[in-house]
Amino acid sequence: MTKLTIDGKSVEVPPNTTIIQAAELAGVEIPRFCYHERLSIAGNCRMCLVEVEKSPKPVASCAMPVAEGMVVHTRSDKANKARNGVMEFLLINHPLDCPICDQGGECDLQDQAMAYGTDRGRYDEAKRAVKDKNMGPLVSTIMTRCIHCTRCVRFATEVAGVQELGATGRGEDMEITTYLEKALSSELSGNVVDLCPVGALTSKPYAFSARPWELRKTETIDVMDAVGSAVRVDARGREVMRVLPRLNEIVNEEWLSDKGRHACDGLQYQRLDKPYVRGANGKLKEATWAEAFAAIAAKVKNLPGTKVAALAGDLVDAEAMFALKQLMSSLGSPNLDCRQDGAAVDPAVRASYLFNSGIAGIDQADALLIVGADPRKEAPIINARIRKRYLRGGVHISVIGEKLDLTYPYHWVGASPDLIAACKPPEGSKTPMIILGMAALTRPDGAAILESARRVAEQTGVVKEGWNGFNVLHTAAARVGGLDVGFAPGAGGKDTRRILDAASKGEIEVVYLLGADEIDTAKLGKAFVIYQGHHGDKGAHRADVVLPGSAYTEKSGTYVNTEGRVQRAERAVFPPGDAREDWAIVRALSEALGKKLPFDSLDQVRAAMRAANPIFAAIDSVTKAEWKPFGTAGTIAATGFNYPIKNYYMTDPISRASRTMAQCTEEFVMGSKARTGTHG
Amino acid sequence: MLADKDRIFTNLYGHHDWRLAGAKSRGDWQGTKEILDMGADWIIDEMKRSGLRGRGGAGFPTGLKWSFMPKTESDRPHYLVVNADEGEPGTCKDRDMLRFDPHKLIEGCLIASFAMRAHACYIYIRGEFYNEASNLQVAIDEAYAAGLIGDNACGSGWKFDLYLHRGAGAYICGEETALIESLEGKKGQPRLKPPFPAGVGLYGCPTTVNNVESIAVAPTILRRGASWFAGFGRPNNAGTKVFCISGHVNNPCNVEDAMSIPLKELIEKHAGGVRGGWDNLLAVIPGGASVPVLPKAICDNVLMDFDALRDVKSGLGTAAVMVMDKSTDIVAAIARLSAFYKHESCGQCTPCREGTGWMARVMKRMVKGDATLQEIDTLERVTYQVEGHTICALGDAAAWPIQGLIRHFRPELERRISAYRDAKTRASAKAA
Repeated sequence: MTKLTIDGKSVEVPPNTTIIQAAELAGVEIPRFCYHERLSIAGNCRMCLVEVEKSPKPVASCAMPVAEGMVVHTRSDKANKARNGVMEFLLINHPLDCPICDQGGECDLQDQAMAYGTDRGRYDEAKRAVKDKNMGPLVSTIMTRCIHCTRCVRFATEVAGVQELGATGRGEDMEITTYLEKALSSELSGNVVDLCPVGALTSKPYAFSARPWELRKTETIDVMDAVGSAVRVDARGREVMRVLPRLNEIVNEEWLSDKGRHACDGLQYQRLDKPYVRGANGKLKEATWAEAFAAIAAKVKNLPGTKVAALAGDLVDAEAMFALKQLMSSLGSPNLDCRQDGAAVDPAVRASYLFNSGIAGIDQADALLIVGADPRKEAPIINARIRKRYLRGGVHISVIGEKLDLTYPYHWVGASPDLIAACKPPEGSKTPMIILGMAALTRPDGAAILESARRVAEQTGVVKEGWNGFNVLHTAAARVGGLDVGFAPGAGGKDTRRILDAASKGEIEVVYLLGADEIDTAKLGKAFVIYQGHHGDKGAHRADVVLPGSAYTEKSGTYVNTEGRVQRAERAVFPPGDAREDWAIVRALSEALGKKLPFDSLDQVRAAMRAANPIFAAIDSVTKAEWKPFGTAGTIAATGFNYPIKNYYMTDPISRASRTMAQCTEEFVMGSKARTGTHG
Repeated sequence: MLADKDRIFTNLYGHHDWRLAGAKSRGDWQGTKEILDMGADWIIDEMKRSGLRGRGGAGFPTGLKWSFMPKTESDRPHYLVVNADEGEPGTCKDRDMLRFDPHKLIEGCLIASFAMRAHACYIYIRGEFYNEASNLQVAIDEAYAAGLIGDNACGSGWKFDLYLHRGAGAYICGEETALIESLEGKKGQPRLKPPFPAGVGLYGCPTTVNNVESIAVAPTILRRGASWFAGFGRPNNAGTKVFCISGHVNNPCNVEDAMSIPLKELIEKHAGGVRGGWDNLLAVIPGGASVPVLPKAICDNVLMDFDALRDVKSGLGTAAVMVMDKSTDIVAAIARLSAFYKHESCGQCTPCREGTGWMARVMKRMVKGDATLQEIDTLERVTYQVEGHTICALGDAAAWPIQGLIRHFRPELERRISAYRDAKTRASAKAA
């Protein structure tokens, strides 16, 4: 430990700490623009200058390591003078356009100008103007405001792993640019907006729509992928205006994927706000709740339970699935599944479907085998974590699957999953890890791949005392929660594939789709389809009765992320029109069917859930799963993977309804093919 | 005046053969193996005793700098980098050494690298120095062919490789850490210090960056002895030095003389005196563009060494003496330097990026007098706001010339401002 004095306070910090970090430990705040804990140190803004005794010049505290006996003054005349000077320099070429700047109210420069600026300038020359750059549909640029802190450049290069941002020019003429006027091709590009300390980079979809002080802020979680990133939903009235990441070191650090951040405008479009019943003319017709329930009751009441099935979708909260499961069992149906894609995980063995090491466990891995997963598209936050691990060095990454651009180099083993059996981590590896993706588990031989991966894991030290590196990477936010509430085939029950087979043959007559839109609805045959959800997507289109539910921002719901972390999404706005919370819809329907469920409030649902599975008692934490055999031995076909996410920007009803995501699809997925001479 | 026998650069004017045969006839590569045989510690000690201070401008003791390198090589190799990116306005000493005495530098590279346990040395040469790079490469090839450098340099058993790298024309790449960045293929922007290059330098390995002259004089110092070199100049300012005298003198030249020579003597003896006589002198910039200007009154007596010039609030810098006679528009001269620093600022850190532009613009108005009297104070304060607050010394270099101007020529600035204002008042009175 190193002992030093900061503003008269004596502190002891580990060696290799910088002065700014030591000051933070001592409770002394030093202003900064370019310094950011998760990025490399640039030391270029000079705002953090402090006085260090025996040093003739003021010292950049972000870059200077502490030394024994150092005496630091952060508020002395010398330090303040240095900062006032830097602030004056930053402001001489910064436009005074705060009233029309989207950063207003949450701008570092604005805040610090209050502390270190003066009320008039001494600079009488013309101000610099800089041409704006095209950074794609998500990031709006007003480059005249740029203070050249290079946070965005460092983020793109280091965290996102795309070498597409940089500075050209010298001196005053230095400009931050994407070099070729091309959009930032990263699934994490929205984060540069958060990092920008001024209004140079702002959110394009949110441009000029609200001021931060008008917004109601709700701390919740993201469900656009299975990571469960901590987010804050900012709403005004009934509208979600924007989604921002929150700090959660063990999950998303402080990043958020572009879909999680920008798909929120999809919550405004294509919404189901009234119940519908398919009329005699074959068209869906608006109905009251009572009519909708009556239509269902007329169909279901006299049917044996085995002819009824339920499928749960990717965005559904655990409470709704739990309630529907109860209803299904009271109807006597064992046919239910939350795996729309038919992933071959074993619902009975929790370790078979969890990211067992935890997302933060990636930091400890020294060898990593990725099988049938494209983490860059399936979970950009997890991919960034892997890249962070790669940058630290000492990790051997291999991939079975396509040769994808994952933003870090890896050893390519081959394309087909039969190679997995021969894989082993490099000699001396202590914490090896396997990441098994949905492309591997949703194949017909998925169970055999699962078994093979388990065997390799057991034999090569991936799973051992004190370390479990066997990781399944889910793509659906609802998946682990669904498996944990037991939304899976009961005794003699059918799974997704068999339910659809039976429906097309007419053996199953009623299918309850709880937000399930990712199935082939043509296979539902003549079955009577009940769709409960929030968006008019594929499921609602096919439905005979539509029950309007709530999106993740409109209800308090439990989600379990891919690592098994139980988290709560909270209500930021009310659902539109007649839409209701999903568990309550199921509860009301149960009464109409004469099978009244034994709970009247959300607390009672949750109490019942906890009683059924104690993992739901531990909010925000992970209950470790017990290691047991799973998977079914079998032959593995030597064919390549079919990855589940073709278009990162459109994977679920919300993102498919989002205009921003449509623009991203056009820009990044369709690329130049979409543009013709007469385009737009 | 320095005796001919005490000159180190005996072919500074290119009168003789610059290639290996000529260099050998002038004493280069004599007993190099014996010097290496004395051992690295002896070489560093001898360099320390010689009192040589870095010739690139900052004047840091060379022997001491060499001693900062780790004593034993770990898994990271050591590097010597020679800074031949001579771009300081007024300075042209390295250029003549590179084209007329390249073997002195190459021999120095070998000895210095050996002393610092470096097996590889890079010479980063200014891109505009085309002929110099060409001569130097020929000389390097000659040295390789003669076995003076290479796998068994001079038969000493020391493996030594020398590489020449041409810059692309940025002044900032003469700053040692920006030079390292540029050499690594990156944008030439200075690094934060610490860590210093001796710990983390080129490719993250221990590195020493030295000026051409500091390295080129080393072999002669070691051959003739530290006390010989230390015998010139005042204490703490030892040795001989190549001065570059330019501007309003009758015979602009590069000349080697002893340190601490009076400025007046230097100009009168070697450069044929100031144009129109000493009394026609207005001011001298004694050490390259970045050091503050000195008025005639100080030039009358000042000595040309680090300490004497520091005491008069200027500096020896690269010893590029720029002489200005009374025909000079001193404000325009300094304004030109400000424009240079604005153009060459790398743009990385705030005070320099924003400050150099501000200062240059105000200076441009000062030339005409289109300013207010208070602006002189504002300008001076801005220079102090830049100085000492930047990552590298370019901010200081941009601030000092203006500080020198205001310190010594404030009445001239005030006169112009009043004249401009009077002219304007008259013009508007006439119009009315």
